[in-house]
Amino acid sequence: MLYREAGQFKASYKEDQQIFPIRQDRVGMAVILAIFFLAVPMFASEYWLQAILIPVLIFSLAAIGLNILTGYAGQLSLGSAAFMAVGAFGAYNFMLRIDGMPFIVALILGGLCSALVGVAFGLPSLRIKGFYLAVATLAAQFFIVWALVKFPWFSNHSSSGVISAQEVNILGFAFDTPVLKYLLTLAVVVVLALLAKNLVRSTTGRRWMAVRDMDVAAEVIGIRPMRAKLSAFAVSSFYCGVAGALYAYTYLGTVEPEGFNLDLSFKILFMIIIGGVGSILGSFLGAAFIVLLPIFLNVFMHSVFAGSLPAGLGSNLELIVFGGLIIFFLIVEPHGLARLWTLAKDKLRLWPFPH
Amino acid sequence: MMNDMAQDATAEGGRRIGEVILDLQHISLSFGGVNALTDISFDVREHEIRSIIGPNGAGKSSMLNVMNGVYHPQKGNILFRGEPRQKMDPHTAAAQGIARTFQNIALFKGMTVLDNIMTGRNLKMKCNLLEHALFWGKAQREEIEHRKKVEDVIDFLEIQSIRKTPVGRLPYGLQKRVELGRALAAEPTLLLLDEPMAGMNVEEKQDMCRFILDVNDQFGTTIVLIEHDMGVVMDISDRVVVLDYGKKIGDGPPDEVKNNADVIAAYLGTSH
Ligand SMILES: Nc1ncnc2c1ncn2[C@@H]1O[C@H](COP(=O)(O)OP(=O)(O)OP(=O)(O)O)[C@@H](O)[C@H]1O
Ligand SMILES: [Mg+2]
Repeated sequence: MLYREAGQFKASYKEDQQIFPIRQDRVGMAVILAIFFLAVPMFASEYWLQAILIPVLIFSLAAIGLNILTGYAGQLSLGSAAFMAVGAFGAYNFMLRIDGMPFIVALILGGLCSALVGVAFGLPSLRIKGFYLAVATLAAQFFIVWALVKFPWFSNHSSSGVISAQEVNILGFAFDTPVLKYLLTLAVVVVLALLAKNLVRSTTGRRWMAVRDMDVAAEVIGIRPMRAKLSAFAVSSFYCGVAGALYAYTYLGTVEPEGFNLDLSFKILFMIIIGGVGSILGSFLGAAFIVLLPIFLNVFMHSVFAGSLPAGLGSNLELIVFGGLIIFFLIVEPHGLARLWTLAKDKLRLWPFPH
Repeated sequence: MMNDMAQDATAEGGRRIGEVILDLQHISLSFGGVNALTDISFDVREHEIRSIIGPNGAGKSSMLNVMNGVYHPQKGNILFRGEPRQKMDPHTAAAQGIARTFQNIALFKGMTVLDNIMTGRNLKMKCNLLEHALFWGKAQREEIEHRKKVEDVIDFLEIQSIRKTPVGRLPYGLQKRVELGRALAAEPTLLLLDEPMAGMNVEEKQDMCRFILDVNDQFGTTIVLIEHDMGVVMDISDRVVVLDYGKKIGDGPPDEVKNNADVIAAYLGTSH
């Protein structure tokens, strides 16, 4: 089937404003959703579900969160992991301390806690920009992890702040197998990704981008930069918070504050750089890429060295490849994999007739 | 002197010049030691095209920034629709119906033409963040309703073919046009244009002139225009203010200003 929009005229602005205005894209999306909701649970191994698909989904969500703040609203943050931690510990405490707390509600409340903390740490953005703001978010990163360790109340007085996620139970139905956990994660991520897409193509998104591109001009047309920035911090942290709660409940099971360290924040930042700054699709591509790359490298190394793998080479190689890719994308294609994807589609639209 | 100008003077084309809409009284503005504006007074009447001219660094852009609250003058009063205002931020000015363009294009580079112009309607869009996230019912209706208005602007400015292009990729002349579109989308009563024709070729200038005149004529928008091209200014303005070194040296209809000795001197650079 050819990828064309010929003959597909948009008769109304409503049609023109769809997320996927081209029919082939809509069909493609439906197929992808069917694969992930139906085929994957039937055929994927436990390893694939637990070690690849669930983390990719969760990191995609965190990357969407960071992308909203950095890609759309233009505010650099190095504190994504800390906001994930707030979501995880928030949800944990709601589950722990309120009897009969439904999991989904705890998830949302965890996200909201993170949103509040995000707004608080976003306040400096009203005064400072760029590099200095990044340093301020770095302070958030260290402070939040420190506070979660320092005050044992957050982890219900467990040793070194480790928490074990309670069993996930929705309407009396236990989500206790990898397949069910995967499906739950997938459903949450799909819904939130859709909401994020709606936000960035609405007036809210345009306000974020206006402030990102030129805040003086934004102010002159009546956008309040303060509101735009703080709402971006709130929404972004909400997404990171929900991702963090899922990280604890459907991925790892037990987490500790130190697990949400600066390394993880950087990992999420790399995801949006490689996947595409300012793109929801790019958040997914970046997350998948960064989760899969070490696995591919590992397989590749084993086949090359056939069992006699020099110690430490694998992880060093991983770092080198990461570094190289980050530099490549920053210099050559700042819009990441998502941009490469649109370029490929544009080519396909014209294929086989160039020009 | 100009306040004596007949209240009901009618310009050609049947436009009725109305009441004073913006009254600037004894405005002084300085940056550190630099006096950008010194004791400047003039007014702008409803529906007129009021030009500000003067050599480089005369304080024209600063004057515009004072008008819409980007700069706050140290001295002087501003009356907008008869209401005095001392300090106002650009947001309030926008809410009162003042829109503007910038001398150096200030578009949102990463956004498409359509999105840029849509931002111009931001103050009229009332849905909140949650409604935007759901994008269902009210939010969708609102988006479509405003999209229609924006499409009218796009038709008016004849930029239909580039509506989905990111503005960063457009040539300079078109960017200037899109910036005018963003200002027009707000349906302003007072439109401030800072050198909208700078750097354009003759053809582009003619188009821009036509748009400015049409906006003024069709929507009755009051326009304050900064422009260096004397031909254009003398052609389309109702009244002209001349600034030099932050001082007002002339004010009146084009013909009068053209023959003002101080103005001629300033432009020939002989005396101050
Ligand atoms: N934000 C600012 N900070 C310091 N000085 C300023 C600022 N804005 C304007 N000035 C100074 O005020 C004076 C008037 O500048 P302005 O930009 O208003 O001139 P202009 O008439 O618009 O000139 P041009 O024709 O070059 O655009 C100049 O001396 C300028 O350096
Ligand atoms: Mg100027």
